[in-house]
Amino acid sequence: MRRVAKRGNWIFLFTALAVAALLSPWASSYPDGLERVAEDQGFLERGEGKEVMKGLIPDYAFPGVKNEKLATALAGIVGTSLTFGAVWGLRLLRVGYGRSRQKGISEKSGGK
Amino acid sequence: MHIPDGFLDAKTWLGATALSGAALYYALKKTQERWEDRQLPALGTMAAFIFAAQMVNFPVGGGTSGHLLGAALATFFLGPWGANVVLTTVLIIQALLFADGGITALGANVLNMAVIGPWVAQGVYSLVGYRNLGGTFLAAWLSIVAAALACSLELAFSGIVPLRLVVPAMLGWHSLIGIGEGLITCGVVIFLKRIGMVPFETLSLEVQKR
Repeated sequence: MRRVAKRGNWIFLFTALAVAALLSPWASSYPDGLERVAEDQGFLERGEGKEVMKGLIPDYAFPGVKNEKLATALAGIVGTSLTFGAVWGLRLLRVGYGRSRQKGISEKSGGK
Repeated sequence: MHIPDGFLDAKTWLGATALSGAALYYALKKTQERWEDRQLPALGTMAAFIFAAQMVNFPVGGGTSGHLLGAALATFFLGPWGANVVLTTVLIIQALLFADGGITALGANVLNMAVIGPWVAQGVYSLVGYRNLGGTFLAAWLSIVAAALACSLELAFSGIVPLRLVVPAMLGWHSLIGIGEGLITCGVVIFLKRIGMVPFETLSLEVQKR
């Protein structure tokens, strides 16, 4: 059961990367719901030039890559991996908590 | 519906940040109490998938698009607290690295999409259970509409647009986007169950039994 769940996680992560690499370049470029409403009701320009920071990969296009589809796919793969890594990093927030439970956890996972 | 910088005034974004900060603190505490290290990969892969899926805008007609939010999906497998954490992580990465959603608006975006979305979905799940695919669709649809309503209230509260204009427009478009959210959520739920992921309800019962 646990083994199945573990394999499932790998499949799911692979699926996420595939979506980022293969589907995201073909995403619709129409404005989203909020952008559309902002456009229609004339407050879209209130956001123009107000960005606090640009971000390393603005507009989901990997900088320096000419091919648009490739730039989006790369941005997708980087973002997906970083998101996975960031949640993994939450582990660090729980060091103290983990220690008090360490014994129980290692006993449970010992039987793998 | 990522709000950019410039749409919200200071009282609104500060207030929203305080609210979502408190909710998130509690969510992190709860997640750490309930989740063991070996369950961390499930949080990570769900976050990764939701990030990827949020990049894929689908047209909803009338020259407008939407994308998966993933609140109902994450809540289905991780529960509301886990979903809060996962969606907040996605929103932070989008804001910091991809300039998707403003930095000042981050707290409001977290409140709408990472706090209200999952809790509305959880409300539906606790009413209709996890077995009914129609319930999953409803949870997904309602999570989008609720987040859009919260977003409209924040915009109106900032004085950028009158309430009576922004609410019907936002709810109109997002009830369309919500249909896409519902269909994708149901599809991914079926897929994930098939590869051996367990719904949160089953999982929490299992943990209690041990």
